[in-house]
Formats: sequence, structure tokens, C-alpha cells
Amino acid sequence: MAKKLMKGNEALGEAAIAAGALNYFAYPITPQSEVAEYLCWRLPQVGGNFVQAESEVAVGNMLFGAAATGKRIFTTSSSPGISLMQEAISYMAGAHLPVVLINIMRGGPGLGGILPAQSDYFQAVKGGGHGDYRLVVLAPASVQEAVDLMIESFDIAERYLTPVMIIGDGMIGQMMESVEFPKKYRQQNDPSKSDWALTGAKGRSARVVKSLFLDGKKLEDNCLKLEAKYVEIRKNEVKYELYKVSNKNKVLITAYGTMARICQTAIDELEEEKISVGLMRPISLYPFPEKEMFKEANKPNILAILDIEMSTGQMVEDVERVTKSIKPIEFFGHTGGIVPTPEEVKDKVYEMLKKFKKDKKKS
Amino acid sequence: MSSNPNTIFKRPESLSDNITHYCPGCTHGVIHRLVAESLDELGLRERAVGVAPVGCSVLIYNYFNCDFMEAAHGRAPALATGFKRTRPDMIVFTYQGDGDLASIGMGEIVHAANRGEKFTTIFVNNAIYGMTGGQKAPTTMPLQKTSTSPAGRDVTKAGFPIRMAELLATLKTPSFIARGAVHTPMHIVQTKKLIKKAFRLQNENKCFSLVEVLSTCPTNWGIDPNGSLQWVTDNMQPYYPLGVYKDPEKKNGEES
Repeated sequence: MAKKLMKGNEALGEAAIAAGALNYFAYPITPQSEVAEYLCWRLPQVGGNFVQAESEVAVGNMLFGAAATGKRIFTTSSSPGISLMQEAISYMAGAHLPVVLINIMRGGPGLGGILPAQSDYFQAVKGGGHGDYRLVVLAPASVQEAVDLMIESFDIAERYLTPVMIIGDGMIGQMMESVEFPKKYRQQNDPSKSDWALTGAKGRSARVVKSLFLDGKKLEDNCLKLEAKYVEIRKNEVKYELYKVSNKNKVLITAYGTMARICQTAIDELEEEKISVGLMRPISLYPFPEKEMFKEANKPNILAILDIEMSTGQMVEDVERVTKSIKPIEFFGHTGGIVPTPEEVKDKVYEMLKKFKKDKKKS
Repeated sequence: MSSNPNTIFKRPESLSDNITHYCPGCTHGVIHRLVAESLDELGLRERAVGVAPVGCSVLIYNYFNCDFMEAAHGRAPALATGFKRTRPDMIVFTYQGDGDLASIGMGEIVHAANRGEKFTTIFVNNAIYGMTGGQKAPTTMPLQKTSTSPAGRDVTKAGFPIRMAELLATLKTPSFIARGAVHTPMHIVQTKKLIKKAFRLQNENKCFSLVEVLSTCPTNWGIDPNGSLQWVTDNMQPYYPLGVYKDPEKKNGEES
């Protein structure tokens, strides 16, 4: 298929169709309502189904019921709406159901605002719902990457029977970029071949999809079964990108999503000034690129790490954790919809070079 | 299961042979059986998916011989919506108590009914929270004593009991809404007809269907099983009249 100029939100909807996910449940919320406005006419064209629910609480639980059919299902929402879905996310994780959720993040806490932000990292990565579970969390930095990850996320969800969340800041949803879809769209799943979906107890014993285990041992067994999947996920699903990483780098920047693209502009401009800075962009926020980030941080040429986010500092806690703070780590960010500029990133780099070169001389 | 041609009474195929955990005198078992008989007689078992609530019947999937999923508290109608919209060829039912449906799940049931989702809800109203130990429900009777209303339900603070069948029947979207009871053999027979009709209408892809069933809770009411059946007659039935409140096969004003 030829390249198309598309808004991120609409491209995400089309990507789901390309992945054979034709069942969509949603509630309107800025800045991602265009997904529902696109899919409400697009899905019927391909034999799909859209339900506008009465609330995000209901959306989450409609996903729960729909996921039990064994077909591919998904929703899109934004931060306050995702908070309301946490109940169902916890249940679906506990019941081993594949589902894809998109969070086009806006500023919080509370009603916050409608401008882009990255302040739901903790909620997505550390578990917003109750219980011992994890989400696979993917963070695209462009509309094309959002489309590609959307398609792949259904495969990941089905491979591990687990919810997958894509988090993009509002810019991913709102910006228009050229994008390419697969030539061949995937067919819907045939649930009759599933060994877990609810298809009717014909010629087999009845199946139950549940997260309730009143016996402590059985509940622990279910949690260990979940944890065994997360071990595999941590082994197999790590994704990241390195930008201008070399043994000349003095500073390593860590950033994700569109924030990383702004950092790339700063890095390009610094390069012209003969200041070498590299970027590590985690694409999978869970599983986090732990070993890989430690390796980059540990390189002798790196004086310090600069983490930049559209929040007051959330991913930075994982950067500290996985690098074991082997190098000094500084944070810079804006939130509430204010986006750090390349100039601000550069100023922070200048400040750090001054500080840590001096420190190095002292030592 | 006996295949003896002289067998006149047996366990429906839609029920498993597990022994239920319900308290002595509780009528959940009777209502389970009416649902199972209806599924059997309409030949729906192999296409049926039940949605379990949170409450006394949380383990209902252990007693049925059909596919089931276990919802969060009050959310069964949302699960049923998601499932049925994705698999319209299946038969979907929720089985919910009064705390589940009329309190925490009020939003989900009203909107599912209003969208005309083509699944069936069995709503078991025993005027109390059973599993958590007898707390006040939205359906608790005025002055009824519970563990959170020890002096009796004070309607000036808690409002009056919610009549769900009447409330849902106000929605313009066509649906089948009825209320039955199981405290006498006659009522059991009548309620069976309502439940079977609810499933038939779903099978014909006609409408949303809900049958409210007045039930007992001897343990938390603090009344013996026989006294509990009498309590339904004396206290619940006058406030919760039995009958069909909305029927897509009857014109307005026509007697049900």
C-alpha cells in the first residue's frame, strides 16, 4: 500500500483493522476521540463492530467479556479514562486474556488538562490496578511506529495471553505524518480453534474464564503462572533504539516517545558544536531494556546520564534502578502540556558538562 | 444420569453434579435449576455463556455445565455486552444479585438494557447483601434490620428500596422485563415460564430480557427457611409486585 498522510489517532484505528482486530469498545475523551470517530464508520465497512460505552468502567469490562471470545479486541482512551479501566485491566491480566489498550496521554493528576504529557508512566509500567500483574507497555515515537507497534501488540497479547498497553503522548495522536500499512490485512481469529476461548461447551467440558481463586495455594499458583510469563516477556520482548551512540559521547540521554525526537534535534545541534551526546530510547517500557541501558551507562566515556520526560520524573526511577546509578543521573522535564524544547535540552547538557568535567578533574 | 425411560425427574444437563455451597433454605438452587431447565428445553446449553456476579452466586460456574466467565462486582452486563456483540451467534446470560445489579452495577444494567443488548439477565433479589454477611442493600425493605442498619432501614437517609423491574421498564427500548418469585410451587412454575421466555426471546434475537426473582436469605434475615418463604409473601411481594412489566410481544396496555 502506498504511503498516506494520516493523523496518528486515525492511523491507530486503521492499524487495528490491519491486525484483524474488528471489535472496538470506547468512550469519548480528548485528545483521542478521533479514533472512535474514524472507526464508527470504518469498522462496519469491514464487518467490524463498535460499541460506544456509557463509561470507561464499562469499556474495560466490555473488553473483558469480548476478549473471552478469542477474537482480537481493543480500546483507545486517554489518562483519566485509563484510570477508570484499571479494574478491568487487573481482572483481564488475572484471567489471562489478550487485549490491546491505547493511552494517548494527557496531563494529570485529576482532570488535569488536554495537552500532551507523559505522566502515566508509573500507572502503565508499575501497575495501575490491584494485584501481582504486569502490562506489556510500548511507547511509539512516530505515527508509523505507532501503527507498527499497534499491529505487533496483538501478536504479543496473544503469544502471552496478556493485556498490552501502548502509551503515546497527545502529540502521537494529534500529529499528521506519512504512514504505510501492510499490503495484506490479517483475517479475524477463528475462535473455534482456541483452547481457552469461550465457544460453548459442545463436545467438550465447560470452560471458565476467571481471576477468582479462593484457595491461597491456587491463587499463588495463578500469580506464579503470570510471573512465568513475565520472565519470558522480559527475555523476548525488549525493544529500544540507540541514536548517535558512540565512544565519543560524554552524556547519554534517556527519553521515550515524541520526547525522544525532540532530544534527537538537540543532539544533532550539539553535534554541530562538537559536543557528542547519545540517546537511548526505550520502546518497550515494560519490559524495560535493563541490561542494555546498564551497558550504555557503564561505558567509560559517559560522564553522566540525562533523563528527559514530559512529567516531573517517572521513568527516571527505572533509569536509576537499572543503571544502579553507576553514573550521575540528572533529570529535566516539563509537564502539564508544556513540552521541553531542544534549547532547554542543550542548556541542560551544557550545565552538566561543566559540572561533571570539573568533578572528573577533582577526582 | 439415568437413561431409564421411566425417569420422570432428573438433573438438567445444564447443571453439573457439584454440591452447592448455598445456605440451607436459600432459593438460589431453585433459580439455578429453572435457568438450567430453560437452557436444556430450548437446546441452548452448547451455545451458552454465563456471566457470574460477585456475591453469593460468585461460584455459580461450579454448578453449571456450560461456559462461564467471572465478572467484577456489578460489571456482568458490560462483559455480556462485549461478548454478545463479538459473538452474536452465542447465548449469553448474566446471573446477578441485588447488591451487584442494583447498587454497584446500576450503570451497567441500565445502559445495557437501554442499548437493547441481546442477552438475558437473571436478577436475584433477596433484599440484602448475603456473601459479605448481611449488610443493607438498595433493595432492603423499609425498617428491615441488617448489619449496617441495625435499627432498620431508615428511608429518610437511605431512600426507599429500588424497584429494578419497574425502573428498567420505563426505558423506551423494547425489552422483556418481568418479576417472579420462588417461595411457593405455584410461583416456581410461573417464574420458570418467565425465564424460559426470556431465553427464547434472546434466541430469536428479539431484545434484552431480564427476569427479577424474589429470593430468600434465611441466614442473614435471621429467620428459619419456612419463615423466610412467608417473609417473601408478607413483606417483599406487596412492595415488589410480580408480573410482566414490558413485553415486546404485547402491545401497550394489553394484559400479560
